Amino acid sequence: MRTDRISVSEFLMKRSGGKTLNTSDILTYVYLTLGTLLMFGPVVWLVLSSFKTQAGLIEFPPPLLPYQQAQVEVEGFDKPLPLFRVRLDDGSVKELAQVRRVGIQARMIDPDNPAAEEIVVSIEEREKVEELKLAWENYFDPLVELDSFDFFTYLKNSVVVTSVATLITLIINSMAAFALSKYQFKGRDAIFVLFISTLMIPITVILVPVFLVITTIGWKNNLWGVIIPGAATPTGIFLLRQYMLTIPDELLDAARIDGASEWHIYWRIILPLARPALAVLAIFSVMWRWNDFLWPLIVLSQNDLFTLQVGLNAFQGELQIQWHYVLAMTVVTLLPITFVFAFLQRFITTGIATTGMK
Amino acid sequence: MTLSNSSQSEPVSRGFRLLTFVDTLTRPIFLAITTIIDLILTPLQRRIGTDRMGYLFVLPNLIIFGIFVLFPMLLNFYYAMTGGTNLFPQDRPFIGLDNFATLFDCDDFLSPNTCQEDLFWRGIFNTIQYVVLQVSGIVLFSLITALVLNRNIAARGFFRSVFFYPVLLSPVVVALIWKWILQHEGVLNAFVETFGGESVRWLLDPNWAMFWVVFVSIWALMGFYTLILLAGLQSIPPELYEASSIDGANTWQDFRFVTLPLLMPTMFVVLVLALIRAVQMFDHIFVLTGGGPGTRTQLIVQYIYRTGFSNQIQLFGLSAAASMVLGITLLILTLLQLRLGNQSSLS
Repeated sequence: MRTDRISVSEFLMKRSGGKTLNTSDILTYVYLTLGTLLMFGPVVWLVLSSFKTQAGLIEFPPPLLPYQQAQVEVEGFDKPLPLFRVRLDDGSVKELAQVRRVGIQARMIDPDNPAAEEIVVSIEEREKVEELKLAWENYFDPLVELDSFDFFTYLKNSVVVTSVATLITLIINSMAAFALSKYQFKGRDAIFVLFISTLMIPITVILVPVFLVITTIGWKNNLWGVIIPGAATPTGIFLLRQYMLTIPDELLDAARIDGASEWHIYWRIILPLARPALAVLAIFSVMWRWNDFLWPLIVLSQNDLFTLQVGLNAFQGELQIQWHYVLAMTVVTLLPITFVFAFLQRFITTGIATTGMK
Repeated sequence: MTLSNSSQSEPVSRGFRLLTFVDTLTRPIFLAITTIIDLILTPLQRRIGTDRMGYLFVLPNLIIFGIFVLFPMLLNFYYAMTGGTNLFPQDRPFIGLDNFATLFDCDDFLSPNTCQEDLFWRGIFNTIQYVVLQVSGIVLFSLITALVLNRNIAARGFFRSVFFYPVLLSPVVVALIWKWILQHEGVLNAFVETFGGESVRWLLDPNWAMFWVVFVSIWALMGFYTLILLAGLQSIPPELYEASSIDGANTWQDFRFVTLPLLMPTMFVVLVLALIRAVQMFDHIFVLTGGGPGTRTQLIVQYIYRTGFSNQIQLFGLSAAASMVLGITLLILTLLQLRLGNQSSLS
């Protein structure tokens, strides 16, 4: 691979025809820098905070990086002791481990010389020795021990809902779009208009009756109750039908002459040809379902059925917010979508830009 | 993420290989299923003819649509006209338009305190305020960002992803990120104190709470509209700018007389999409403030949820009636879009 060495300013200006930076260029980069800080900053802050201990989180003003008080193993003590920097009577400063604190006095011991006598100092003469340390326990405790946030169950539910719902949406929407774009049957246009007219009617408008239907079927507290109601998306029908209209009818006629059945035509000709539109719909559907909140909140009231979003909301809504756990679990929740984005962002951004839908 | 193309090719091909692997695994299953479907459908096709097969293909979607969209839409009218707290319609007394009368029972429509359902009217006023602030903020900032991203800048792909990234985050995650920043002992107050200000309880102060609710949803959603506007900007033919530069136009005149008029249809799409979305806002706010302080950030959808589902006494009829008010609002907005959309495409 050829690498051309260019200076930073040349790199920045590489598309501007080699002119020097003018005011509007500078403003542009100032805007982009501020924008990057504003868009990524909060997420970075979340990740940094999630590695702080419970004690570290209540410090104000908050330090940027996750510091913890250093601890040392001292011979003759079962537990590691907290390390302090102590100003001694003679004015020298020494790092000592605290054995215990009594009132305003603390009994300290020299970790290098545990056999020596304990030193008693006023607590005002000592300050914590801090070191950079990641509090991984914020991640491990909820994942392994804590009952109130059952991450793997929520993750499983979210994955099941997202993947099954997306699969069903792709299949039934593409079948309907195929029928509406390639067949002449009575009532076709009426059905199409019926589907499309609900484009702007979200589930929020019909919460109560859909809830009744779900309850009657027995899908309350059942993942099917989350999956099925939103499966017949008007967006998907519209998107796929418009795309399928561009597939020439002659192709289908040729297949029919060769003796292909209609199902065969759908499965072997239409679906592969509509792949770009299917990919866009799949990305949309995954985003909708993964982030869905209000409807799962209504349908699911059992902890073991919660999706990640509902589970996270319930967890942060507990009386005492355990921020150190909540932050770590928030990071875990945003990880999958961040990875998907890192790999597919070109797909996603062009997909949305060209269709103008979400 | 997009800085270099060469480093990206490898993970993509690895992902592709994974997909091919999954494909090989699932292919026999799909083949079996489709063969069975084919065996059932082919005799049927011979019987009813090719064109009527369309009914069959549209059927699965139509069934789900009928049960979970169309039927509930009709049922919603009935719910809105019944009272009581029973979910099942046969147990609900018919009360005509009483629910609507309750909702609209006000001495003075401009002050929610005089209304019987003061929460409903507060929800409406909050929603109006929220929608106006949020939509204008979204249009303004996504326009500026799209214009900036459309310039000849280095690493455009990277910056485009930067502004788009929050769109993918779930509302619960977005709300929690900001709730942590806006805490009383949070990082924002640390900044404020560093610069000599005093700590503020951002989410407990009525006006600040509304500001942050608007701000956070703009933060989370503007990347999406930026992308649409960027696509609109890129579809403007460059010859027009060449022509205007021959005429001696400056940057502002370029913007005012070339960019803006040609971007109008896209701006309109953005406006309508943002509007329809903002009217239904629920999740960001629900997690961030819970509608508080008091009911200061409680919007209309939260009123519907609260009345029908989260209150001790579940007033499904009132909830359905309120959701019909929301539905009618959306309908008007949609019709407005069609009307104005036609006009703008004609002119």
